[in-house]
Amino acid sequence: MSATPDILKQHLIDPVICIRCNTCEETCPVDAITHDSRNYVVDPDICNGCNACISPCPTGSIDNWRNVVRVKAYSLDEQLGWDELPQEQEIEGAETATTSPTGGGSGGADETTFTPPPVDAARGSTVPPKSAPRPVVNSHTLKQPAVATVTGNFRVTELGRDYDTHHIVLDFGSSPFPVLEGQSIGIIPPGTDAHGRPHHARQYSIASPRDGERPKYNNLSLTVKRVTSDHAGNPVRGVASNYVCDLQKGDQVKVIGPFGSSFLMADDPKANLLMICTGTGSAPMRAMTERRRRLRKDGDGKLMLFFGARTKEDLPYFGPLMNLPKDFIDIHLAFSRKEGQAKTYVQDLMRERASDVAALLTNDATHIYVCGLKGMEDGVMDALRFIADQHGIAWKELHPRMKAEGRLHLETY
Amino acid sequence: MSAIDYSQKIPNNVNLNSDRVLQRALEQWQPNFLSWWGDMGPEGSHQHDVYLRTATSAEPSGWAHFDYVKMPDYRWGIFLSPQVQDRKIHFGEHMGEDVWQEVPGEHRANLRRIIVTQGDTEPASVEQQRHLGLTAPSLYDLRNLFQINVEEGRHLWAMVYLLHRYFGRDGREEADALLQRRSGQEDNPRILGAFNEQTPDWLAFFMFTYFTDRDGKFQLCALAESSFDPLARTTKFMLTEEAHHMFVGESGVSRVIARTCELMKKHNVEAPDQVRALGAIDLQTIQRYLNFHYSVTLDLFGADQSSNAATFYNTGLKGRYEETKRGDDHLLKDRGYKILNVVDGKLVEKEVPMLNALNEVLRDDFIKDSEAGVGRWNKVIEKAGLPFRLTVPHKAFNRQIGTLSGVRIAPDGRPVSQEEWNAKASEWMPTAADRAYVASLMGRVVEPGQYANWISAPLSGINKQPLDIPYVRFN
Repeated sequence: MSATPDILKQHLIDPVICIRCNTCEETCPVDAITHDSRNYVVDPDICNGCNACISPCPTGSIDNWRNVVRVKAYSLDEQLGWDELPQEQEIEGAETATTSPTGGGSGGADETTFTPPPVDAARGSTVPPKSAPRPVVNSHTLKQPAVATVTGNFRVTELGRDYDTHHIVLDFGSSPFPVLEGQSIGIIPPGTDAHGRPHHARQYSIASPRDGERPKYNNLSLTVKRVTSDHAGNPVRGVASNYVCDLQKGDQVKVIGPFGSSFLMADDPKANLLMICTGTGSAPMRAMTERRRRLRKDGDGKLMLFFGARTKEDLPYFGPLMNLPKDFIDIHLAFSRKEGQAKTYVQDLMRERASDVAALLTNDATHIYVCGLKGMEDGVMDALRFIADQHGIAWKELHPRMKAEGRLHLETY
Repeated sequence: MSAIDYSQKIPNNVNLNSDRVLQRALEQWQPNFLSWWGDMGPEGSHQHDVYLRTATSAEPSGWAHFDYVKMPDYRWGIFLSPQVQDRKIHFGEHMGEDVWQEVPGEHRANLRRIIVTQGDTEPASVEQQRHLGLTAPSLYDLRNLFQINVEEGRHLWAMVYLLHRYFGRDGREEADALLQRRSGQEDNPRILGAFNEQTPDWLAFFMFTYFTDRDGKFQLCALAESSFDPLARTTKFMLTEEAHHMFVGESGVSRVIARTCELMKKHNVEAPDQVRALGAIDLQTIQRYLNFHYSVTLDLFGADQSSNAATFYNTGLKGRYEETKRGDDHLLKDRGYKILNVVDGKLVEKEVPMLNALNEVLRDDFIKDSEAGVGRWNKVIEKAGLPFRLTVPHKAFNRQIGTLSGVRIAPDGRPVSQEEWNAKASEWMPTAADRAYVASLMGRVVEPGQYANWISAPLSGINKQPLDIPYVRFN
């Protein structure tokens, strides 16, 4: 195998457009941004690509990226001396594969229509678990997407219900597309929108472990819910989700990514995984669970899952979940629309199982993953704090520590 | 709790519905605010759909949501930056103690005064700018003006929340008065002088947002250090919005300069009247506008020696710019600071206790920040290969407040006689003729992607949108 240089997608600030307002430096959760009297600059050794600085920037100058060989990244001194950004350099021997600081930017020149995964950088970790392997990210971009073939499309919620969720299997044939549990990919729907522009790529979490939905084949699976109404409840046909849910075996799909470099599974088999999700937020949990199931041996860490849906019938993978051995994973299902029963949310069940959750919290091998609708995040965080308080655990101390150690991962939308 | 609750009548992330009395009081203030906006907000704009930014969370991930909104339907609300656990007072005589979540009785009057003064500037600037929409040089600029206006409105909400929540009846009365004063009105003017001046044209607007909103930035930065935690958290979030206002100013002036230089090079002219013949704003006029707005803004920092400033610092109400990043003892008791004094008609430096000179300290920080941006404007001229350079006038030039008021100082810092001042004032500050010329250029451009002749296109669109989308739709 020939050596490909380690490429960094380096985050830079355009000194021509920047107004030196200090917002980015104030916002950066890892203090990667600094300045002198001339320029604001990003330290390539510290920046983890969490993108917390992107949207507060009033000018757009923050959103600049250059592919560079990692060992030749622009130093702080070089950046401080700039009057304008350098041109993008051709990199000899480089393939399309690049790794971003960790999570990639909100976009290089070729990614203007893609938004990266929503990671809650303020409350959750922006660094991966210590034992997670280094992920490949952004190996395929809008300019050079991968092409995958659909090898399966199964409905995973009951027929005749409002919720229509599909399990899609994509095969990448001979082109490499390495992924890790917790990562996501983007799918580009074909055609153009009403203004004649190509559709935006949509992001979906990967539901299969790194060695594939079908082990040893170059494939992965997704969990995709058909969107039939917008946030306000008005009927709307989601372009990408309908495209994906209607795919037929043999269809070809344009894929970009992979994305995500902090919401990753801890690789240590002794790690406890506390997984909390709703709806299609179950995809990464399924990937992690399946990875652990395949490698299962005595003495492994604990798996605990809190999974919320409206009803049993709306819960993706209900059947397969129920077949998992009870001594392998501790599962709690919360239904918010079960007839004749009070609404139950994941945080309610967490409180019910407070002593078990507390036992996990006191263990430094525990990693928490939260994925699903934005609305669940406050409730889950409150429940965690409540449980900690109840059991004499100093949440004020534990929360920032878990965050810093890459043990608290929030991905909500 | 950080997500903003938009299901409420007043969007907020302060758990407003847990305090019914406060909620009712603010819900009574809300229609008065909307009525003020209807009367004094941007003229003729209420039916426009404007591509605006609205915060959906006070944390970076949800900071900026863009969509078309009619301004009277903008979701003005109350957003505080997330609370920092166990935050301690980090300057003044209470250093090391827990920050205050309620107002200590002994600081009530001073805090109220600080909040009212800050709050008064917010609606004032909306009033000052209310006619500008009729002469916007592009839809992009019109949208930026409106974004600033709605955010100044939100900053008013931020201050009114503090008044209602923490200052009882006095606070409610002050909140009402904020809607009653009017910029430039003789019998009931706004509190600070600069906020009673007109903003007659877009060059003045860009200068105002560059210099005067930068005063806002420095005041907010100083308040973000406050021991009164709700004030610190409120102003911290306001700063994120304020940055956009300074962007509009810096890039606006920069685009005016770029266009002037472009035409000067293309037609190979240098003299101001030749530049004007091309329909551009000559660099000399830009310099005069700069001199005026800069000097008027310097006055906003207050008297160079102030026992109030010392009290505010000592008691922990208001810190210095970047207080936490400074390496001193944060008490300043034994420290001195050099201020300017006038002796026998000459400017001399005089050392005074730093505590009394804190207005001057903040003013000097502002000067450094302002100069850096002027340097970036000069880069635009330099790049065009022209010899002209803009300069920031001496800080004693044209001052009306403090020791330097009434002293006649030229922009280069030289004391001059009243006669010389009278003779040269028209070279140093915009004349009626300058203002009339600039006003003559102001015509509304409403074609998407088109710009008035006197200003160049921006370098990039808002929220990565192309430059030629209709940033404002007229209905």
